[in-house]
Amino acid sequence: MSDQKNLTRLLQLFALAGLALLFLVPVIGSRALVQDLFGVLTLFILAQNWNLLAGFAGMVSVGQQAFVGVGAYAMFACVILLGLDPVIGIAVGGITAMILAIPMAFFSFRLAGAYFAIGTWVAAEITRLCFAQWKALGGGTGTSLPKGTTKTMFGVPEIKSWLGGSSSAASDALTYWLALILALATLIAAWLFLKSRMGLGLQSLRDNEEAACSVGVNPTRLKAWVFMLTAFGTGLCGALLFIQITRVTPEAAFSVVDWTAFVIFITVIGGIGTLPGPIIGVIVFYFLQRLLADYGTVYLIVLGCLGIAVMLFARRGLWGLFTEKTGLELLSLRQLPPEENQAH
Amino acid sequence: MSILTLKSVSKSFGALKVTDAVSLDVQAGEALGIIGPNGAGKSTLFNLIAGNIKPDEGQVFLEGVDVTQRTPMERVHAGVGRSFQIPQPFNHLSVYENLMVAAQFGGAHLGREAGLFCMCILSETGLEACARDLAGGLSLLQRKRLELARAMATSPKLILLDEIAGGLTDGECIDLVKTIRNIHSQGTSIIWIEHVLHALNSVVDRLMVLNFGKILMVGGVDEVMHAPAVREIYLGIEV
Repeated sequence: MSDQKNLTRLLQLFALAGLALLFLVPVIGSRALVQDLFGVLTLFILAQNWNLLAGFAGMVSVGQQAFVGVGAYAMFACVILLGLDPVIGIAVGGITAMILAIPMAFFSFRLAGAYFAIGTWVAAEITRLCFAQWKALGGGTGTSLPKGTTKTMFGVPEIKSWLGGSSSAASDALTYWLALILALATLIAAWLFLKSRMGLGLQSLRDNEEAACSVGVNPTRLKAWVFMLTAFGTGLCGALLFIQITRVTPEAAFSVVDWTAFVIFITVIGGIGTLPGPIIGVIVFYFLQRLLADYGTVYLIVLGCLGIAVMLFARRGLWGLFTEKTGLELLSLRQLPPEENQAH
Repeated sequence: MSILTLKSVSKSFGALKVTDAVSLDVQAGEALGIIGPNGAGKSTLFNLIAGNIKPDEGQVFLEGVDVTQRTPMERVHAGVGRSFQIPQPFNHLSVYENLMVAAQFGGAHLGREAGLFCMCILSETGLEACARDLAGGLSLLQRKRLELARAMATSPKLILLDEIAGGLTDGECIDLVKTIRNIHSQGTSIIWIEHVLHALNSVVDRLMVLNFGKILMVGGVDEVMHAPAVREIYLGIEV
């Protein structure tokens, strides 16, 4: 028992050291590494949001790319049409995505299971087609951020004078740190939410909806909250992603493969319904990508096979397998009875 | 004052009338037992009271308020707690967490006070030792107790117990009866569906017999148990 506690401590220390190292990457690492890790962090944010939605609230959405796209377009609109700083555009992107979630929830909540999945996908496609009509932002062919926007955005000159190097490198460092902060905030917010009264209600709904209703849990209200909050997080991430990409097209912003399919893969192999799952998933995904980058389609075939294998042999993903074998837990959601709380 | 009133409530599933013009009045603090052969419509009656299904005709009143159109969730808040015939625990939550859901959403308990309240119920129902165990791994007896404990955690004025003594040994049954008596003595109204008659009869004030969705008879325990019609239909004894 105390052995296990020590091991858990060790694991926690390991995680903290990793986190500190991640914060230092733009200072000590190469620019290519910063860009790679930016991709990893943003995928993690998307995966953790999807995990909350599907793994904890039981809403298997295939339409999360709608919120990525809307977040990205809202940010572009802020910069191009209103002349605002891209960093402010990120916040606007998140809020806009949350507003889009209201009508989307209104329609898709009438559906359940596979129908819900298809419904959200259709809603995302409709959103994509609508944005392709927006002439001021380039219509179907998309548009780019005005030249130099990212070099002068909030914080970039300061970072440049501090780190040295080019403005583009400073802009990469800024988006990287923003992604790291957002990833951390997402993880902590998800943990706090799941540990709260509402989170417990959500887990009871996932286990048995009928029983949850007969002890007073309101399923629609809880699910609506989760749907809105994850749309917010996904929208923020979408806006951030396209600051770094600097160019937006309807196809790229609303890509079901990039922003939902990979995200589902990451969550499933890492461990759906566990908080550390998406972390493990995104690490595995990153190394597979590095390893197989030169082999073209073989890469996707390997990903698919791995996904199927995990679904068949380790339903709770790699993290689930790990906790099952070792009994170790990180970010545990257990609530302890009051007496034992006092003892610690 | 009556806690629950049913006014000629009917419900059909297709051509089958499972609840046929049932009218019933349960006083505050009363314990009513319901017996009847399998398929008599006992569990359906519970679903109608708890709001899991809506009646085709008739009305349901809780403390004089018409709740016929209210959802199960709203009826929990109005004071109806229920246990399911087949235990339905939240498998991936601990026993303690199972109760915390009920106490925080069904009852108006919050934070630390909710935790202490749940521990009280757990010790009352003999589940204290497995408070931290996952509900999915419990034995049948423990699951039945959890059903009862979770219903209690919503602080109900009226508690519906569905065959909670079925499948238990005599010793386990005695403990359970003690717990239910205790709940009753604290002023909670009870409606209890049960086939284990000796357990049921040692708690309830009145018995109601259902047969083919209709009330066959309502009365004191002795009166009902000795009625020839009940003995014939329910117990299958030729008189």
